[in-house]
Amino acid sequence: MLTSRALVRGLKSGFWRPLSSTSSVQAAHGKDMSPDVLDPSVPQYNNRLDTPLSDVPFVRNLNSEQRQLKEKEKGPWTKLTKEEKIALYRLTHELTYPEMRRGSSEWKTVLGGVFIFLGFSGMLVWWQRIYVFGEVPHTLSDEWVEKQTQRMIDMRINPVGGFAYHWDYVKKQWK
Amino acid sequence: FSPVGKMFRPVVRLSTSGVRSLTRTRPCYSAPLASRCYSHAKVETDEEFDARWVTYFSKPDIDAWELKKGMNTLIGYDLVPEPKILDSALRACRRLNDLASAIRILEAVKDKSGPHKDIYPYLIQELQPTLIELGISTPEDLGMDIL
Repeated sequence: MLTSRALVRGLKSGFWRPLSSTSSVQAAHGKDMSPDVLDPSVPQYNNRLDTPLSDVPFVRNLNSEQRQLKEKEKGPWTKLTKEEKIALYRLTHELTYPEMRRGSSEWKTVLGGVFIFLGFSGMLVWWQRIYVFGEVPHTLSDEWVEKQTQRMIDMRINPVGGFAYHWDYVKKQWK
Repeated sequence: FSPVGKMFRPVVRLSTSGVRSLTRTRPCYSAPLASRCYSHAKVETDEEFDARWVTYFSKPDIDAWELKKGMNTLIGYDLVPEPKILDSALRACRRLNDLASAIRILEAVKDKSGPHKDIYPYLIQELQPTLIELGISTPEDLGMDIL
């Protein structure tokens, strides 16, 4: 009983905090930083291509300047300047459609990271090749392979379709 | 086992009786080939759809929620709304003193057109009188169509 209550309190205060990790960014943009905004049970603002009009406006706490602009909005819109119109739009919406659709350069970071780790693995493999692996068996030395090949030719290894087939016994060379 | 047998029996009867009996028992099928089991619901024509939405946005005392709900639903459909529906919606924005939503609606329909780049200019051309009358600037006018 006690542990569950403590857990809930802990969740409320500590756990949800990571959600506001961008709180400084949000505050700079004028988003409400009251616990209300972090409460998923209350209508939220969201930037969605398929939901042009969000439940709540982006900026809800208007300062006096913004409130005056809102009053002016009640009159004819022909009297509004372009900057005022843009300001009104930005009060209600955080991002425009092109801004929502904008991609990021994250892929460069990801690809770079992948290459770094691949490179690092390559380094490890190379080090291992030099310092961990012993010598290659002597049967792979050029001298041995020469003698081996000659022996295989003499033994007529795979004379029909394989090894000795490719050796011209008359001209004493590879076909 | 017996309930299953009872279930299948009428189906078997239908298939063996053939097309002709179906047209006899169901007079609403005009062509003999229409023995498919389509729904009997009436299909709404494009004009009816448009009229319905124009009426929705034309409500004189429409409230902000209804505008949002209507617009979000409309954008959810697999179509770009006709200019007359958008005209009605823009006028609803005017009644609600909401210029931001009006501009947002224009952005949304441009986005909705997708790769068909000729739809949006047509819409703007058709809406031009309304835009001028209400004083709504397009996103292009405000420089919001570029990043």
